[in-house]
Amino acid sequence: MTLETSPDHGDVVSLLEPLDVGLEPALASLQARLARDAQLTHALDIAYRVVDSPVGKLLLAATDRGILRVAFEGENHDDVLQYLANRVSPRILRAPARLDDAARQLEEYFGGARREFDLILDFRLSRGFRLSVLQHLPRIAYGHTESYAEVALAAGSPNAVRAVGTACATNPLPVIVPCHRVVKSDGSFGGYLGGPEAKRALLTLEAAA
Amino acid sequence: MEHSQSDTKKPFEAVVHEQGATVLRVCRAVLGVHDADDAWSETFLAALQAYPGLPHGANIQAWLVTIAHRKCIDHLRAGSRRALPVDSPPEQPSLLGIPGDGHAELLDAVAHLPPKQRQAVAYHYLAGLPYADVASLLGGTPEAARRAAADGVKSLRSALADIPALAHSFSKGVIR
Repeated sequence: MTLETSPDHGDVVSLLEPLDVGLEPALASLQARLARDAQLTHALDIAYRVVDSPVGKLLLAATDRGILRVAFEGENHDDVLQYLANRVSPRILRAPARLDDAARQLEEYFGGARREFDLILDFRLSRGFRLSVLQHLPRIAYGHTESYAEVALAAGSPNAVRAVGTACATNPLPVIVPCHRVVKSDGSFGGYLGGPEAKRALLTLEAAA
Repeated sequence: MEHSQSDTKKPFEAVVHEQGATVLRVCRAVLGVHDADDAWSETFLAALQAYPGLPHGANIQAWLVTIAHRKCIDHLRAGSRRALPVDSPPEQPSLLGIPGDGHAELLDAVAHLPPKQRQAVAYHYLAGLPYADVASLLGGTPEAARRAAADGVKSLRSALADIPALAHSFSKGVIR
């Protein structure tokens, strides 16, 4: 064996392996520190965290303007984050602090202790008529529902019933902006981007309180 | 903050997830464990700030190692201002790891290499940069970078061979 030529790559990697002692816990605390530093230096455009809920894991994402996105597990959180990277900014980190308030209010809501959300929302993902629909939805009171036709009327376009359906189906802020309170005129649930079970669960929760 | 739709950069969190361990290994090899944490933080914060301007299709790992290299140099310079002894370090218990697990011993051995050898070993063997890229970071020719890495590995092997508990233990799975 000669050490004068280039050493075998794998051997050297093994030789250096003790550098990995304690690597994972160190990385975990460094990532938390990065999230804090990024927030403090305004280098973080989108902070996110994932919370557990009775309707599955929810992705919460916020800019410095407010809550930008709530996403159900079925939407695939990685896809949603990639969409936000393309659409808003790739400067995205898991940084829970910016979403503490939203996480707490959601927990209260799912526990039946909260009927309205008091959060600042960033509506930049929505435009035009869809935005008008979303801005109307918080006026549907907790425990109540409206039909797609009623929402179309309230949003100023009584004939745009199908467009109301699209606006609800593409709501970037489900649960917080209560598109689950919009149902079909015949009283059936209608579709929901979190799945029909999630819509049923939310309406049942609100009916019970 | 708006970007064109053709810009499909992944969320920076994914970059941290994929590259964080490699960059930390590199910083540990070049600086030791304590300063490595600071250098890692500075590297990723600078990278986050610059990320939207990174050209599409750039080699992210090489980009991060370049930033880490600069941050580590800042620490090495600050360290030499503090006049750390290099030739005859005091014999004192290492705070860097559990004695006998190979961690402290390896770090001590690495710390005794000349900085260029440490950097060449880290950038080539830990970060996987070809010697041409290592040379562009360190200055000099690719051949000089290759020699610095080979000399560094040779010194590490001979330093660690003196520790009986470790002489036979550099295979995967034994250390821990």
